[in-house]
Amino acid sequence: MKSGSRLEKLLTGGHFVVTGELGPPKGADVAVVEKKANLLKGNVDSINVTDNQTAIVRMSSIAVSALLVRMGVEPNMQMVCRDRNRIAMQSDIFGAYALGIRNILCLSGDHQKFGNHPTAKNVFDLDSIQLIQTVKKMRDEHKVLGGDEIEGAPQMFIGAAANPFADPFEYRVIRLAKKAAAGVDFIQTQCIYDLDKFERFMKMVRDRGLHEKIFILAGVTPLKSVGMAKYMKEKVAGMEVPEEIIDRMRKAGKEKAREEGLNICVEQIQRLRQIPGVHGIHLMAIEWEDAVHGIVERAGLLPRPEMN
Amino acid sequence: MIIAEGKPIKEILAMIEAYEKVIVAGCKGCVTVCSAGGEKEVGILASALRLARQTQGKPLETKEITLERQCDTEYLEPLREIADSFLVVLSLACGAGIQFLAEKFRKLPILPAVNTQFIGVTEEQGVWTERCQACGNCVLDRTGGICPVARCSKSLFNGPCGGSKNGKCEIDSQVDCGWQLIYDRMKELGQLEKLEEPMPVKDWSTSRDGGPRKRVREDLKI
Repeated sequence: MKSGSRLEKLLTGGHFVVTGELGPPKGADVAVVEKKANLLKGNVDSINVTDNQTAIVRMSSIAVSALLVRMGVEPNMQMVCRDRNRIAMQSDIFGAYALGIRNILCLSGDHQKFGNHPTAKNVFDLDSIQLIQTVKKMRDEHKVLGGDEIEGAPQMFIGAAANPFADPFEYRVIRLAKKAAAGVDFIQTQCIYDLDKFERFMKMVRDRGLHEKIFILAGVTPLKSVGMAKYMKEKVAGMEVPEEIIDRMRKAGKEKAREEGLNICVEQIQRLRQIPGVHGIHLMAIEWEDAVHGIVERAGLLPRPEMN
Repeated sequence: MIIAEGKPIKEILAMIEAYEKVIVAGCKGCVTVCSAGGEKEVGILASALRLARQTQGKPLETKEITLERQCDTEYLEPLREIADSFLVVLSLACGAGIQFLAEKFRKLPILPAVNTQFIGVTEEQGVWTERCQACGNCVLDRTGGICPVARCSKSLFNGPCGGSKNGKCEIDSQVDCGWQLIYDRMKELGQLEKLEEPMPVKDWSTSRDGGPRKRVREDLKI
């Protein structure tokens, strides 16, 4: 075991895992965190805690992850390269480990242009692949990036994201291979709506044997409305939503849109489970945490395995 | 070259409000090539300022001069010859030129008439785009001659991020994705395999991060 996290144990034990996502509050209200966490608890194996996603200031991912640890829920702490240099990041990784956090997701981070502080300076001292290398060096070589020995190495299970749909398509799998070479243990993908294209991506992944080196969790997000589907298609960079899905959401009408969104999500999970090399799903029910239990149950993924 | 653009005239008028006489000093270097601070722009700015002040009922006297370069001591003499009868200089040079004048003319306030923007190229007539951020440690040999620091909005060394779409950057559909450009070029060159190796963490000490930079050539010193 590299970290001994629940996520690592389940993946290495051959389980099909389910991870969830929790967006921290735009303030210091712990009750918001507790409410969301309780909706996810028991339905997922580990909860991603986003790090100021879309560059909007929120409670820190370390603090929220530590709160989850206290609640007995396993966090997967996201860390972006946008806001901190290599000194702050390594320091925060020590701190996170000391607080009981065992999974880390290494991300570049959304550009600040999209957030509530578009005039901020961005850091990007490291990029996501270099952050993976850094965490691996700390864990396996017991050294910080600068070469100094560490007193108590943080044994983190190292994750990263992959977007199978961003351009250039043929390069996406090369970049995934680069993340594997950098030392990543698991990957969570961008939300998938175009299953055919994702299957093509996974074929390229298998052709390179990457599915045997790293665990791949396929990202899914239930749609709430036809408007959301269109927004995802048109406005979210690197996202593809097939016309067929938009049609289904439209036909469902306003009243049944949410129900149809859940149906589509469950069908997607069932199809994703059949794709060789997919080791689990990453369920991102954005501000819709109360839908998670139903989705996971209908997809036949409950109860989640017990761990000691 | 260094690319600059003229400041809004209102801002310049506010800077020189207290003065009745001003030297408007251009530079025949980069700012002439990018049409921001050469002889022509000096003339246009000086007459615009005079006209505006005339309208305000506070006439302004201007002396126009365009130096060979403002960033080089040997070309500052023509300005020295006229400086004594003025209380202020409005410089249209880049930030380096403006500061150099301030260092060399200790008694005179030197005011900026342009905003210095970036190191770039003339992409077409009237269009200049950024190419280099002077990080002091060039990696263009590994990226097909396209700079990830200057051309990627996140300066990623192992891009592109997930936000690249149809060759454009997520921050603006008019901005090329630097990493798409790198990928395309490396593909053309048949060197895609070079992109498979993770690029190492960068040494930024040669960049602005290492403090103000200096280059000395002992063999050239007099």
